[in-house]
Amino acid sequence: MNHMVDVSAHREAVEIADDVYWIGALDPTLRTFDIILSTANGTTYNSYLIKGSEGVAIIDTVKENFSSEFFARLESEVSYDQIKVIVLNHLEPDHTGALPELMRRAPQAQLYISQRATSMLKALLKPNTDTFEYTTVNTNDTVSLGDRTLRFLHTPYLHWPDTQCTYLEEENILFSGDVFGCHYCDKRLFNDRVGDFRFSFDYYYAHIMRPFKKHVMDALKLIEPLKIRQIAPTHGPILRERPRRYITHYRELSTSSLSREVGGQSDKSLIIFYMSSYGNTARMAEAINSGASEVEGVRVSQYDLEGGETDPFVDLIEEADAMLFGSPTINGDAVKPVWDLLSSLAVVNLKGKIGGAFGSYGWSGEAVSMIEDRMRGLKMNIPKKGLRVKLIPTDQELDECRDFGQLIAEVLVGRSQENQVIEFADLA
Amino acid sequence: MAKGKITFKDIEQTVNVPAGTRVIEVSEKIGAGIIYGCREGDCGTCMMEVTEGWNNLTEPSVLEEKVLKENMAGRHNRLACQAQILGDCTVKPA
Repeated sequence: MNHMVDVSAHREAVEIADDVYWIGALDPTLRTFDIILSTANGTTYNSYLIKGSEGVAIIDTVKENFSSEFFARLESEVSYDQIKVIVLNHLEPDHTGALPELMRRAPQAQLYISQRATSMLKALLKPNTDTFEYTTVNTNDTVSLGDRTLRFLHTPYLHWPDTQCTYLEEENILFSGDVFGCHYCDKRLFNDRVGDFRFSFDYYYAHIMRPFKKHVMDALKLIEPLKIRQIAPTHGPILRERPRRYITHYRELSTSSLSREVGGQSDKSLIIFYMSSYGNTARMAEAINSGASEVEGVRVSQYDLEGGETDPFVDLIEEADAMLFGSPTINGDAVKPVWDLLSSLAVVNLKGKIGGAFGSYGWSGEAVSMIEDRMRGLKMNIPKKGLRVKLIPTDQELDECRDFGQLIAEVLVGRSQENQVIEFADLA
Repeated sequence: MAKGKITFKDIEQTVNVPAGTRVIEVSEKIGAGIIYGCREGDCGTCMMEVTEGWNNLTEPSVLEEKVLKENMAGRHNRLACQAQILGDCTVKPA
């Protein structure tokens, strides 16, 4: 193994293929990225430079306070008047921090961004938004550098609406933005030279890409047919040795495991989570379970939050089609384990999942509507107003719980409800 | 008072509303499948498809047109947080 590459020892560009250079920056002391990510050995902000017969392209920039390293590496290979094209695959500030200064130094350069990126570009460049020109591009649009061609792939939501990848056709290099990236800082730069970064790669996927699995699959349909010699992401090692295994790994990570492992592919999954102090909310959960279980095609699971930990529950929720939360009301609020779980769901996609709430209460019973509000905030559908029972549920109230469970399950399997016209004023 | 009937196709539910009511006000209360983000016409999350009664919604503003364009909306798409109901119409999540 060749350990000679040490990009921390100089501020020059590093050639990764013929006339293609890494001009990024190392951030080895960073310990937390974007509030949510731990970065045990820092990160890199990868930017790239491509020389063509008719001009130079810069692919992405770096975080603003690393600009001097970026500009030094850039200047080691080209002058600013040679820059014809600037491509932004993703407009988050860690990749666009040096953009305003780069555009000031290379005013002739044309900026290429995805169609979804325009509002973000204007927000980044304000208040000077009128002075910048840009071109929006979509999948299979190309830009020529003379003897070299950049082709764009629109890959939205990986991990922002604006994200795209750029493919250098002649060298088969995919500049993938944050896709296939990771927060792993190693001065040896290439995946065949750096340390063991598998954990960082999977951790990055789990926190950044996981909520967008469906979009990952869509993007892979564009990426997989490409001939790929290198993947050059915006964070972490450049993937030049067996790059395709990372594409395969992304497909594995984005594939649903419930139907594969448990069978019953067409069954919908409904999970009932609850907490109970005197057993009343637990009895409601049982009744809701029995009502929902009567509906064909619904797989019901029931968990007492007191007996579990958050992370495995998050995994369950990710693959569930519906979830109901039961909580007693204590001092006017739902209980903490419910909030702990409902505040740990940023890593999974909840959009459009069906939700509902229930609970026994002593005095006021606010928990149910508070949980419903939270679920709406998480972009879930709440098809039926939740059930509240004052203290011990009666037989009649348990029947209502069974009906509630059944109704939620019927909505889940798409059994159409009777369409009667409701008056707006009657809606709660 | 002028009224309009809005039908949410995904949940097969129809609501009789006063003219001028925004779609968001009804769909959230009834639990229809349209999803909301910013709720102020900026993010494009609440894009819906109008399957019937396009002309029974208020005309999109210049700003809504811009957001629809940025989000690559189709011909029958509107933002549910912006569109106001004037008469009978049917919508579903885009």
